[in-house]
Amino acid sequence: MSDQDVVKIPLGPQHPALKEPGNFTLSLKGELITEMGIRLGYNHRGIEKACEQRSYLNDLYLLERICGICSHSHSTAYVQAVEEIAGIQVPPRGLYLRTLIAELERVHSHLLWLGVAGHEIGFDTLLMYSWRDREVVMDLLAALTGNRVNYGYNTIGGVRRDVTDEQKADVLKATDILEERTKYYAHLAGQELTLTKRLKDVGRLSKEDVLRLGVTGPTARASGVKRDIRKDDPYAIYSELDFDVVSNEHCDVFGRTLVRVGELLQTYKMIRQMIAQLPDGPIAAKAPRKIPKGQAISRYEAPRGEDFHFVRGNGTDKPERVKVRAPTLVNMQAVAQMMKGGQLADMPITLAAIDPCFSCTDRMIELQDELGNSGQVYSWSQVREIGIRHYRERGIDFSDLSKRLANWRERI
Amino acid sequence: MSSENNAETAATPALESEKLVQQRLEAAFPELSGKVTIQRVRRVWAEVSMERLHDVLTHAKDQLNFPMLCTITGTDETTHLGLMYHLASDSGIVLTLVTTAPKDGPGPQTVTPYFPHADLYEREVVDLLGVNIQGLPEGSRYPLPDGWPEGQFPLRKDWTRDMLEVPKENA
Repeated sequence: MSDQDVVKIPLGPQHPALKEPGNFTLSLKGELITEMGIRLGYNHRGIEKACEQRSYLNDLYLLERICGICSHSHSTAYVQAVEEIAGIQVPPRGLYLRTLIAELERVHSHLLWLGVAGHEIGFDTLLMYSWRDREVVMDLLAALTGNRVNYGYNTIGGVRRDVTDEQKADVLKATDILEERTKYYAHLAGQELTLTKRLKDVGRLSKEDVLRLGVTGPTARASGVKRDIRKDDPYAIYSELDFDVVSNEHCDVFGRTLVRVGELLQTYKMIRQMIAQLPDGPIAAKAPRKIPKGQAISRYEAPRGEDFHFVRGNGTDKPERVKVRAPTLVNMQAVAQMMKGGQLADMPITLAAIDPCFSCTDRMIELQDELGNSGQVYSWSQVREIGIRHYRERGIDFSDLSKRLANWRERI
Repeated sequence: MSSENNAETAATPALESEKLVQQRLEAAFPELSGKVTIQRVRRVWAEVSMERLHDVLTHAKDQLNFPMLCTITGTDETTHLGLMYHLASDSGIVLTLVTTAPKDGPGPQTVTPYFPHADLYEREVVDLLGVNIQGLPEGSRYPLPDGWPEGQFPLRKDWTRDMLEVPKENA
């Protein structure tokens, strides 16, 4: 085939196969992908700049909203850096509870991923099953923190809510149910032909490429690279917990599935240890409003891999600089590698297999109205009106159709 | 008894591997003497000139076993720009090479020959702070949109949102 036979197709930024905006330019020879170009930044919201203009405590809530799935990851990574600069010793109970929510978040994230993976390969039964099971941990998170997502659990110096003995019992009960379900998925992964045939040898990434591209998280561990910040650079109470880093040498999407399911089983083990060892005492230390001069690096093993935060304080109540690097930014480069030589039809699952999160990656939009004024919040009806006006100005008018629909509804 | 000893070591870490990194860096680059600091366990910082950045970076990667570049943090230091290259080892040590770049004029060479995934980190400091990275391979910008006005670097301290005029037709 000559170069003339290469067809380039753009996928995204808005595309049914993508859950978030990203632009992928695929070079195709027939059905085979020869190369892939990536354009990101569609979710850039200016959060890092916004952090410099807000207080440390405001930033905690802003950074938590980088991502709706690993929100606790970002807030913990940030708060650890601030606590280090200010020299705050978080009480042991605070650290335990922070880690407990972290691991529960991993459960919800991995179960969510399992469902998405099932959906991407046309195995929607898995999506229905795993998302139903995920509700167990979502309810638990809501009971413990007050929210299903964006928990608002951390504060500078500790956590904001304590757990009761009844809640501890609820955690254990939920863990039993989740473990049983996860064991079923682990069994399913080895037995169910839909999974093995569809995932094996798809999205291959060699160990050498993992090392060369600095890949992180479950994607790296499924290519035999045992990197896990919880073991390598332990934070919170991970050095006190007994757990294994799950890895395998499959180097494909199947391997990434096994790693995540295996990690869930380790997480349940950790949750039980935390509940059993939970020390008494206060849950937070008092934190000053002004944070002294200094800088700190905080690393965190988020469900998708290493979350890296850098914070610099200048002695005021606002940070001088906050830098966030989410795991997807690193792993995106590896996706281009995984796609090479793969089938076009495998593109969605290969991309989904790194569990991408472009909101995390691009972080940083402030709402601006037509005049450039920021901070305005639109109501649902206003958004609807703006949308209708936008399309009318471009010659698309649905009012006639709406009338006909209304007439039709009246008739039946 | 042994557990007590463990507790003591945990309370005052020996920092042996961190000191080793410090010694080896200072031995290989005499000009770094006194410029390598250990902040705490697993956190080592080194101030490097822009010209020597690549030598130190490749030495750390190949000789000192720092295979990962976590990210590049850019800062606005008023008169110049600051760049931090955060390297990580498999043993969990983060070695941060701190260097400076002028606000106008050529900045450091790209590190993409050793860290292929670093192009996004470099494009980020180019877009947000205006660091003039030399030799950056061609590719689309990140993370700002294509129509972003030239010479506007949002993470610079003197940048405010009023400097950005939203064209009426895009609003």
